[in-house]
Amino acid sequence: MNERIKKLREQTLNAVPKLSHERAKLLTEFYKTGKPEQTSIPAARALAFKYILENKTLCVNDGELIVGERGPEPKATPSYPELCVHSLKDLEILHSRSKVWFKVNDETKSVYENEIIPFWEERSIRNKIFNEVDDEWKECYTAGIFTEFMEQRAPGHTVLDDKIYKKGMLDFINDIKHSIANLDFYNDQKAFEKREELRAMEICAGALISYSNRYSNKLLELANVEIDKQRKDELETMAGICKRVPANSPQTFWEALQYYWLVHLGVITELNTWDSFNPGRLDQHLYPFYKRDLESGLLNEEGIKELLQSFWIKFNNQPAPPKIGVTAAESGTYTDFCLINLGGVTPEGEDAANDLTYVILDVIEEMRLLQPSSMVQVSKKNPDRLLKRTMKIVKTGFGQPSIFNTDAIIQEMLRHGKSIIDARCGGASGCVETGAFGKEAYILTGYFNLAKVLEITLNNGFDPRTKKQIGLLTGNPNSFSSFDELMSAYETQLNHFINIKIKGNIIIERIYANYMPAPFMSILIDDCIKKGIDYNAGGARYNTSYIQGVGLGSITDSLASIKYNVFDKKKITMSKLLETLKENFEKDKELQNKFLFETPKYGNDDDYADDVTRQVFEIYFNAVDGRPNTKGGYFRINLLPTTSHVYFGSVTGATPDGRLAFEPLSEGISPVQGSDVHGPTSVIKSASKIDHLRTGGTLLNQKFTPQLLETEVGIERAVQLIRTYFKLDGHHIQFNVVTADILREAQKHPEKYRDLIVRVAGYSDYFVDLSEALQNEIIRRTEHSML
Amino acid sequence: MSIKGYIFDIKKYSINDGPGIRTTVFLKGCPLKCWWCHNPESQRKLPEKFEECTFRWHLSNDYENKQRIGSEVTSEQVITEIEKDVPFYEESNGGATFSGGEPMLQINFLNELLTLCKAKEIRTAVDTTGYTDFNNFELIYNATDLFLYDLKLIDDDLHIKYTGVSNKTIHHNLKLLTDLGNKVVLRIPIIPHVNNNGKNLDEMLKFISSLKNIREINLLPYHKNAAAKYTKMKIENKLPELEPPSKEEMNLLKDFFESTGINVKTGG
Repeated sequence: MNERIKKLREQTLNAVPKLSHERAKLLTEFYKTGKPEQTSIPAARALAFKYILENKTLCVNDGELIVGERGPEPKATPSYPELCVHSLKDLEILHSRSKVWFKVNDETKSVYENEIIPFWEERSIRNKIFNEVDDEWKECYTAGIFTEFMEQRAPGHTVLDDKIYKKGMLDFINDIKHSIANLDFYNDQKAFEKREELRAMEICAGALISYSNRYSNKLLELANVEIDKQRKDELETMAGICKRVPANSPQTFWEALQYYWLVHLGVITELNTWDSFNPGRLDQHLYPFYKRDLESGLLNEEGIKELLQSFWIKFNNQPAPPKIGVTAAESGTYTDFCLINLGGVTPEGEDAANDLTYVILDVIEEMRLLQPSSMVQVSKKNPDRLLKRTMKIVKTGFGQPSIFNTDAIIQEMLRHGKSIIDARCGGASGCVETGAFGKEAYILTGYFNLAKVLEITLNNGFDPRTKKQIGLLTGNPNSFSSFDELMSAYETQLNHFINIKIKGNIIIERIYANYMPAPFMSILIDDCIKKGIDYNAGGARYNTSYIQGVGLGSITDSLASIKYNVFDKKKITMSKLLETLKENFEKDKELQNKFLFETPKYGNDDDYADDVTRQVFEIYFNAVDGRPNTKGGYFRINLLPTTSHVYFGSVTGATPDGRLAFEPLSEGISPVQGSDVHGPTSVIKSASKIDHLRTGGTLLNQKFTPQLLETEVGIERAVQLIRTYFKLDGHHIQFNVVTADILREAQKHPEKYRDLIVRVAGYSDYFVDLSEALQNEIIRRTEHSML
Repeated sequence: MSIKGYIFDIKKYSINDGPGIRTTVFLKGCPLKCWWCHNPESQRKLPEKFEECTFRWHLSNDYENKQRIGSEVTSEQVITEIEKDVPFYEESNGGATFSGGEPMLQINFLNELLTLCKAKEIRTAVDTTGYTDFNNFELIYNATDLFLYDLKLIDDDLHIKYTGVSNKTIHHNLKLLTDLGNKVVLRIPIIPHVNNNGKNLDEMLKFISSLKNIREINLLPYHKNAAAKYTKMKIENKLPELEPPSKEEMNLLKDFFESTGINVKTGG
């Protein structure tokens, strides 16, 4: 890492996350002009986008090679009042909360009080959502049965393919014009709406070009007053780059990176889409530029690395936009889940790892930043070298890159009806979610609390915490004569809650389709231009809605415990169990210990428990998979938590697996923290007993002591371990390589461990930034030694 | 009818007991009482009471914590556990390792396990002190792919002092076993002040050079991980202050043994 990058890295590490009111103010100014009332909604959104890009502050950081920030400066993070208006109290919470805070200054508070809140309070999407959904939806939401992704952030969760490396914005404008010209007003009843949408896209494409031109001019101004010759040249070069891209397709490595970055800023300025946009298969897209620039001598390997490092910094400068309430609890992190994909296969299905893949891996290892996240796709066609190099980064302990099974991802997509080529060009984004890059809107709609549904079942539909009958009357559990009867009641309750969730999803989907189009993002995702339909209204080639199940380990162990202790071995009666759970084990620690230590557990390759996992999986899958959304696509499942397992735990009483009330649930498809006592092969065997190929992603966190990866042999065995998991169709695996002792030290002395990064769920985070509950959960899942 | 035997652990993802990813089955009971023993719980043959026991190996749906070390199990139960990791063995050329204690102490049980593994095409290794009747080696020779054979001290008086038994049978068996074929990996624990001295090392080198067919030498540095076990089990730890050899020392020893022309690995 050279001096320039060191400085930029320090700058991004030291930048203070703060709330910037600039975007909210510009947006409000624009909407107050009255122009939006004279146009269609897509056009209004496009004009607002244009207004923001024409007026937002430009920022060129000292020494940087790629320009553009989401806010006025690094980590100054905008808000999106058209979706969710922060109240003054929210601002105070953001400012003063102990984790994932954003500093809010007095000026911002005053702008909010006088301009933003009065205008948007009644107009926000969040307001619409809570007005439109049913009371039963609200009760379930409050009870913690599920969360809702779109109440504070826009649908997003899409990743770019290679189109921008082949086309400039001017080319897209041509495509848009072509599409307008082809509209059939005689036969297509939606022709007018389509024209409005396409015109909106055209405005947005033009807006991005103007934004870049503003940068070009600014860079020239800076060059004119720059004394340092080298920097002066750089600034001039950068000015030239910003003039050529994004208007035209990029010709060099540098242009490609700058172009992507401007597009990225466009997407995240238009809306605060979930799981921030990302470039996807970076080593594939950039390889032609890499090769050409090296061959022509325009850049050497060092120059390539320096540009990539500069690019990495840009991601780290953009924390996820401020979240509050349940959304903050389910996703309590600054990370915005830009997951760079490496490796995998080519469109033709061949090994795609190339020289640039390894250069990027070097960059990841050297930069050691939270953002962007990174992952390596591994197909059976990729060489072991790729996995070995990956594991050597993993062993340094910051939880990146995570490792994905390309062959499984492709099969998942084929099952969802995608073409083989689209599937091969796709990958995973966010945490672990499968998608066809550049062609799919795959919307995560919310987490679903699998363990809470059991609590409701055991209370005959009643939620003990909110004291409401939110479920169905499936019978007093004391009357159940078999485990099957219990499972059938559980299934009935689960179906009931999934129905409520899906109805809510459909309402929210239509709210976004009708009121909150994303014409800029629509330019980037096939086939929005061709169809003349917005990304949020079904314009993408594929439209998937996911509901993410949480707590597979906890629900398995809880059900297995009832099966074993109540029905099979008759160690206790159902009424004793219910009483003990109600008392949170306070009067019967011995029973808790029996549940914890002498009861079958998921994660040990023990079919007694794992058969229950299979059953739960089928129930959940059948409840969700294949049901239609309103965009021509379907609901699918995946199994991942971000930080929702802590939130869901905090609303769920004691469970029959021995877990105390309000403690975290298990995360992803990982076993309950500390219950997997037979090592990684057993965890992998248990985890592979669910059918990953019928999901859109599963998340397996594996704890590893550093000693296991110390030697070459250790690395080689880990590679074989992963290969075996993937042979068994496992979707994804990631490793936390850190000892519990170090984590405990970090908890005691956070000041000494500011830079300690750990794997949380589908992402890494600074350990000291995690909530205490999450810290404890990670310590428990991290490494436990036995006699 | 399956044969019963005593084991005290089954360790999966075992990556230092032979090639690939392995499952190591620890048979209980050992005729030796090495001062540096890493598994003092292996020494007595019968299961023993141990209240702080966290041993939670569940076989045949028996989930109760017996608060003891060791269980009497059938060969079928053990094979069922071994078989679960077949996909890992196949990916890594791994297999099952039978260790101890001294697995040869339960020769019929061991032979049954090895034979069952062979029938299922699972590769096998036996980790042995060599302190047994040579007939036992002959009995299991065909069903065993690899012998991990310990070599500790050449001087017999010292061997008796530090392990409790003479090394005559051990060395004799090693000679006979290596004459039979190329299935032996020598495992030399490096115990500072005990066997890590010029005299013993020179004698070892000489002895090893006199053998044919040694496939590999593994040098295993002494470690202190077992100290807590001694305390918990109330067994006297005769080497409480001993520090492990340094990495540099281990590298020098690697060079030293490589002069035999045999491949040498350290660690494990």
